[in-house]
Amino acid sequence: MAVPRFWREIPSRYNLIGSRCGNCNKVMFPPRHICPHCRRIGKLEPYKLKPRGKVVSYAITHVAANGFEDQVPYVLAIVELEDGPRLTTQITDCDPAEVKIGDEVEIVFRRMGEEGEDGVLYYGYKGKLVKP
Amino acid sequence: MRDVAVIGVGITKFGELWDVSFREMIIEAGARAIEDAKIDGKQLDAMYVGNMSSGQFIRQEHTGALIADHAGLVPIPSTRVEGACASGGLALRQAVITVASGIHDFVVAAGIEKMTDVLSGVAMGALATAADQEWEVYVGATFPGLYALMARRHMYEFGTTEEQMAMVAVKNHQNACFNPCAQYHMKVTVDAVLNSPPVTLPLKLLDCSPITDGAACVILAPAEKARKFNDTPILITGTGQASDSISLHSRPSLTSLRATTEAAKAAYKMAGVGPDDIDLAEVHDCFTIAELMAIEDLGFCKKGEGGKVTQEGETAIGGRIPINTSGGLKGKGHPVGATGIAQAVEIVQQLRGEAGKRQVDGAEIGLAHNVGGSGGTAVVHVFKRGD
Repeated sequence: MAVPRFWREIPSRYNLIGSRCGNCNKVMFPPRHICPHCRRIGKLEPYKLKPRGKVVSYAITHVAANGFEDQVPYVLAIVELEDGPRLTTQITDCDPAEVKIGDEVEIVFRRMGEEGEDGVLYYGYKGKLVKP
Repeated sequence: MRDVAVIGVGITKFGELWDVSFREMIIEAGARAIEDAKIDGKQLDAMYVGNMSSGQFIRQEHTGALIADHAGLVPIPSTRVEGACASGGLALRQAVITVASGIHDFVVAAGIEKMTDVLSGVAMGALATAADQEWEVYVGATFPGLYALMARRHMYEFGTTEEQMAMVAVKNHQNACFNPCAQYHMKVTVDAVLNSPPVTLPLKLLDCSPITDGAACVILAPAEKARKFNDTPILITGTGQASDSISLHSRPSLTSLRATTEAAKAAYKMAGVGPDDIDLAEVHDCFTIAELMAIEDLGFCKKGEGGKVTQEGETAIGGRIPINTSGGLKGKGHPVGATGIAQAVEIVQQLRGEAGKRQVDGAEIGLAHNVGGSGGTAVVHVFKRGD
């Protein structure tokens, strides 16, 4: 991936910056440029989401996406954040067999991958189970 | 708008066709369709080609012109249409709209993908470009991964089982055995599916459609001119298309594809029929869970009962609503850009009564359902025997 393409998304990937519409108050993640509900009268502004949510679904990946081969088996999940939006993320630091629908997760900062041996490192978010 | 009919169909063998090139495949499918329609190539007015990703698979873009050139059809307009795995269905829809509008009379809708000139890891990466690169693929999502998320949620909400999903693969492999052009002539058992290697659990290898080379072609004409070419013209009475968020997480439901329900609603309305009128359907079973969700979303059973009706044999040939008599994407193979056209070929052969050992007795109305990505695009067509 070209460095600028990664660099442009850093605020959202490092700090969960999404969008909030000043007209309908809906919170969106990933950020959008047009509010799909209000369209022209929407007023989107950056909004930092709370890094907490619940597992809506999960899947245990044995055949990795390109660049994730050293992480198998890894848990892919859709998490619904407390602020409303959902995101796709890995669930990290756990035995894949532990994860269940409805589990509470905290969104944490993690290394995602790297561009070869000499290239940039990619960082982003993963989910971590919140143990009761 | 004019009524539109299919006057000719052609399809190649589906599979790992290492000895055949992209150009040879599309010409073979096209020549068969022209022969079937008993039309002269010089009469053709325009062409649409469904092709997802020749740039990634064979490093060749601009395939609309390439195909017109090598088919000897220049200077007719030839347009490539892309909607990921729904590219073929979208090409068919563009051809239908073109004939219905009166702009052109004899229009080719073709579909092709050459997927085995790259290693399978490269092919998987190419397919993943149909998902959201920034917010799905970036975190490690694959296509089987996205459908596995749907499958897990479907199991949670409705009690669908891995055995019921496996039964889709069993049925479609069985049907493929009777289809000469299918990639697999190999039956599988529920146990074989359940014990196949994990891809993204709950989906195993035999829950997934394969990587396939193949091409297919149909020739459309205004219904009033169709009988000059064919004694059994098949009318396309309904077409519907819809879009949704490219990323699965942005949709309210993981267990229903809204693009499918919307496209189906439009196609049923245009055709003046409902799900109960359909005699058979080709649906987009890129993964076994996708067939269960498709038959629910198309209205062939209640939401959540896809697994149950499959287990009870209602979707088998001879059942209440035979699904994927061709073998589907699972058994026939899934050359992504060709799939939507290959589905139309199967429905036309069935409605003509030319489907051999997989023939559905008395089939008069058929439906084809083609999905792009994890549900960002869906297209549905309704076909009817023209007599």
